[in-house]
Amino acid sequence: MKLEMRKVVKSFGPRSVLSGLDFDVAAGEVVSFIGASGSGKTTLLRCVNLLEPIDDGAIFLDGDEISQIGRDPNPIRRRIGIVFQSFNLFPHMSVRQNITLALTRVLEKSADEATEVAKNLLARFGLAEKLDAYPDQLSGGQQQRVAIVRALAMSPELLLLDEITSALDPELVGEVLDVVRELKGSGITMLIATHEMNFAQEISDRVCFLDGGRIAEQGPPRQIFSQPRDERTKQFLRRVQALGKT
Amino acid sequence: MYLAIPRLPRWDRVKESFFSGERLKDSFPRLLDAFVLDIKIFAWSTPAILALALVLAIARSSRNPALFPIRIFVIGYIDVMRGVPVILWIYLIGFGVPGVGLERPFNSPLLWGSVALVLTYGAYVAEVFRAGIDSVHESQRAAARSLGLSNSQTMRFVILPQAIRRVVPPLMNDLVSLQKDVALVSLIGPIEILRQAGIDKAKFANFTPYVAAAVIFLSITIPLTRTTDYLLARERRRTSATRVR
Repeated sequence: MKLEMRKVVKSFGPRSVLSGLDFDVAAGEVVSFIGASGSGKTTLLRCVNLLEPIDDGAIFLDGDEISQIGRDPNPIRRRIGIVFQSFNLFPHMSVRQNITLALTRVLEKSADEATEVAKNLLARFGLAEKLDAYPDQLSGGQQQRVAIVRALAMSPELLLLDEITSALDPELVGEVLDVVRELKGSGITMLIATHEMNFAQEISDRVCFLDGGRIAEQGPPRQIFSQPRDERTKQFLRRVQALGKT
Repeated sequence: MYLAIPRLPRWDRVKESFFSGERLKDSFPRLLDAFVLDIKIFAWSTPAILALALVLAIARSSRNPALFPIRIFVIGYIDVMRGVPVILWIYLIGFGVPGVGLERPFNSPLLWGSVALVLTYGAYVAEVFRAGIDSVHESQRAAARSLGLSNSQTMRFVILPQAIRRVVPPLMNDLVSLQKDVALVSLIGPIEILRQAGIDKAKFANFTPYVAAAVIFLSITIPLTRTTDYLLARERRRTSATRVR
């Protein structure tokens, strides 16, 4: 799946969040977005999934414009999975139901088939015994892994990870990042918004530094982190380093 | 209290007019018979109220710009129905509608009294449901939509189940209230328990039937509330790990 964003503009009221953003991602590529809070990382991902309608510009998926007004978003969202910072599991449903809901209602698989998918994915990520647990009975790390499984169950061609470790206790971050490492091996296209600089450096094929609703600088992780060219990137990385986050 | 009340100067008179064993024995079977009608009205009105309220609440919570006129209509409807006392709607609908010359059985005050209850309580309960729908965090909708579920699937499988669980206590509050307001239908004719108690009171100049009616009402409303509390507590135990004490 190839994604192109052309001059994408998005504002919330008077606040401009994306101001003419251009971006391309090739099939199988893993791209991380770094930048200060409010730099537009989350909004960018939500626009790709059509959760936020864009104000101007266009987004293409395999050359097909998905951002047209009035276009049915559901067939597009089926191809794009998203994992949220706050997990957003359905609290009234068991893990099994969380995963199988869209499989049975959107992809119209039988309940048995859907459960099979859920079991296999849960087993792959060490959650086999949690099939019938409820979200409240899981740790944050487990909940987030279930949320990743829920997105993966739809066999998305593109996976969006929106600061998926930001709401976790430090000791739970590792187990979630391990899931993402394993996913990279499977060849899925991923866009990752993150504050984990080490992780971004390790997992990404390319890192984009967002500033003021545009991509200020992008390149291979080694270059971005060791020889940033843009003054704003340098400043940002210095600030982050000062906070001890890398 | 147990010791003090019997010393009140006219306690004997009150005891005889409100707590007469003889009158109680005589009235009780008639009151129970009449109460069956209350239960019937309650039983057929409740599903209709819940259905109407759910439709109103969903319509009011819809975000489709094309449904704007429907939203306005629903808001107007809810304002008007809630803004007028239930008893007035029972009079207006119960006497007014059959007045246009409907044939039996469509001219029954019982039917139109029930319809009045459904239309008014539907409006109250719709607001309860709407509060529940609004209380489900926006991120739940985002998660559901991101999986490719349509708007209506999101409402049906993700929003409503959470919304309804949350509003069960206020919902029960309205149903207990309905259970009592059923008695208002007697004002346009049907002989249900309150009316029967009134008849017995008038016949024997004794208030005991009213007390008996009150006890009969309580025998339904209290178990109803306790059962709901129990069900909710069980649900919480099932879906959550630990409780803060």
